[in-house]
Amino acid sequence: MYIETEKISLNESLVDLFNSNRSLLLRASTDHVNALRMQAIDQFKKIGIPTKKDENYKYYDLDPVFSRKYDVHFSRKKIDFNISDLFKCDIPELDTDLLILLNGWYYENGNHDDLMKQGVVMGSLALAAVEYPQLFEQHYGRYADIKSDGLVAFNTAFALDGIFIYVPDNVMLERPVQIINIVMDKVDSMVQHRNLIVLGKNSKASIVICDHSLSANQFLTNSVTEIVASENSSLDYTRVQNEHNGAAQISSTFIHQLADSRVSTNTISLHGGFIRNNLNVMLAGKGCENNMYGLSLSDKFQHVDNSTLIDHAMPNCTSNQKFKGVMDDMASGVFYGKIFVRKDAQHTHAYQGNNNILLTDDAKINTRPHLEIYADDVKCSHGATVGQLDENAMFYLQSRGIGSKEARLMLMTAFAHEIIDQIKVDPLKDRIYDLVNKRLRGELSRCNSCAMNCN
Amino acid sequence: MLKIRNLSASIDGKMILKGINLDVNAGEVHAIMGPNGSGKSTLAAVLTGRNLYEITEGQVTYLGKDLLTMAPEDRARAGIFLGFQYPIEIPGVSMANFMRTAVNEIRKFKGQQPMNASDFMKLIREKIALVEIDTKLINRSVNEGFSGGEKKKNEIFQMAMLEPMLSILDETDSGLDIDALKIVANGVNMLKRPDNASIVITHYQRLLDYIVPDFVHILYDGRIVKSAGKELAVELEAKGYDWIKNHDGDE
Ligand SMILES: Nc1ncnc2c1ncn2[C@@H]1O[C@H](COP(=O)(O)OP(=O)(O)OP(=O)(O)O)[C@@H](O)[C@H]1O
Ligand SMILES: [Mg+2]
Repeated sequence: MYIETEKISLNESLVDLFNSNRSLLLRASTDHVNALRMQAIDQFKKIGIPTKKDENYKYYDLDPVFSRKYDVHFSRKKIDFNISDLFKCDIPELDTDLLILLNGWYYENGNHDDLMKQGVVMGSLALAAVEYPQLFEQHYGRYADIKSDGLVAFNTAFALDGIFIYVPDNVMLERPVQIINIVMDKVDSMVQHRNLIVLGKNSKASIVICDHSLSANQFLTNSVTEIVASENSSLDYTRVQNEHNGAAQISSTFIHQLADSRVSTNTISLHGGFIRNNLNVMLAGKGCENNMYGLSLSDKFQHVDNSTLIDHAMPNCTSNQKFKGVMDDMASGVFYGKIFVRKDAQHTHAYQGNNNILLTDDAKINTRPHLEIYADDVKCSHGATVGQLDENAMFYLQSRGIGSKEARLMLMTAFAHEIIDQIKVDPLKDRIYDLVNKRLRGELSRCNSCAMNCN
Repeated sequence: MLKIRNLSASIDGKMILKGINLDVNAGEVHAIMGPNGSGKSTLAAVLTGRNLYEITEGQVTYLGKDLLTMAPEDRARAGIFLGFQYPIEIPGVSMANFMRTAVNEIRKFKGQQPMNASDFMKLIREKIALVEIDTKLINRSVNEGFSGGEKKKNEIFQMAMLEPMLSILDETDSGLDIDALKIVANGVNMLKRPDNASIVITHYQRLLDYIVPDFVHILYDGRIVKSAGKELAVELEAKGYDWIKNHDGDE
């Protein structure tokens, strides 16, 4: 009973937060966004923050994460430093178009003139809603279903800014777009940004997101990203999560693929107190390909929760999921991988794999495949393993003079290799390889935890 | 160099080694033969520090040190090498990375600086030539997808890279064609020095035509039941092990 009252008061207090800032929220956005906002808060009143009774969230109690006292900012803060000083890319060979989000707000940082000439739009979500209403309204809120998840409703009610990217038909971006998503504040804060990425027909893009926390406060990020890959477009989407132990990050990504599109995502969870990744893919056209890779490295009391859903709605699509986890100390992890193959989705190929290494007896992983197949001509498979480091391999390395610590490291790095290898931008791959190595060596402490080595 | 006294070891309560005595001096080549399951690989594993086995009795000293208390990597750094009967595949670890790490860990132990990239490549090329393996194997994952013969040659390649004092080669000859056998034997002979020694475990007298042993021992049911010169291998080839069974405990 006690828990129930607590829960009710948590959701009520979050609704109160909305009501008391309602005018600020409504003033900041367009009618379209606000209409969705109002629907979302109504929906949130009904379903609230997910509890462990929810199949999707049964392994981790979100209550403590949401019950902390956070500041929420309803307008963009003025900053008294140069935003680009926050970030210095130390991958010289990695030439990217850089977009910076600070506490969920887009901050102008250089222009992207050459891209603008090609009709590419990159920048603030709030601004895009005003400047490109038709394009924006065609997609915003279409893919992230507020009914499916209280956290999506919560974000839709509160989100004020984030990144908007539009790549027109037939445009292929030469450089990767890099989104640096920073949380940094003098107070504990909650951030709820929203991204929308639209790829036109036959277009191509590579996007890298780096999540960092740059101050020692407690943070909660509840973000939603909607991605549309139009016919025959191609997207590579790499996310490197590197926040400190006091940071909780819930990131829900909704990918909508149209015919013959190819999307690869790679989610590298290096560091963070609590990480929840919801990756939802709708294969809404024929002949799509989706690859979803993930690697999580966790220790101490960290928790990484990957929940995937691939919805094969149309025939002749291929999906391929591979998630790997290394859990040390008391760390815990979840992989919940869902594949739906609808009645019409003949000739579907869907593969799912989840491999885990537990380094201690206290580390834990829950791995759960969930396949629902309504078509008859399909090839689906899934497999999960949970194990320790291979003793025979350890001995082999040691027998050549390699110390046990180094040998463990080599085997863990080898385990991670398969996932990192999928990253298609070479300098980025090398850099992540390096970071993973450092992480496994325990050299990636909070202060230099910024993956890109900001100073 | 190596003194084994009354060494007994068991696994899951099952006695496998039942009081082994053996002395190996610098410059010597010892062959150990014996039927399947007699404990040859177990002896090799116990000497190199595999922790699966429980040592129930006995001592082993290596260069004056108590070997059995040393970690496997420390035994390797002190110059002991095991050529595995069944080399392990390690996906995701390249041969080059593996060997660079091993060479440098051993150098670090000796107080030497890590080897620079060009010296290391030179060393690799030199040793590859010795065992005639395909250079491409160096960029592949350790033993992954190697043929049986490639795996065995790879063991000798590693031995050549690490230049051990005492090498224990566990059936490095099995699964090799006659040319490969010569290459392996040649590799072993070229690495032979007055100050190092080797223990060669084999089932076939054939290998001993190329690697000429100073002593041949027969391991039977966890004990060395007979030791003699190289002629013992010839005798075994002719008579099989039944003859030994009758001599059980003779030594
Ligand atoms: N891990 C283990 N668990 C159980 N029994 C084992 C284990 N390792 C070895 N043994 C047993 O110990 C005995 C000796 O094995 P070992 O591998 O040392 O024999 P070997 O002389 O090398 O044989 P071979 O000529 O076939 O290679 C065998 O009966 C084997 O089954
Ligand atoms: Mg054997």
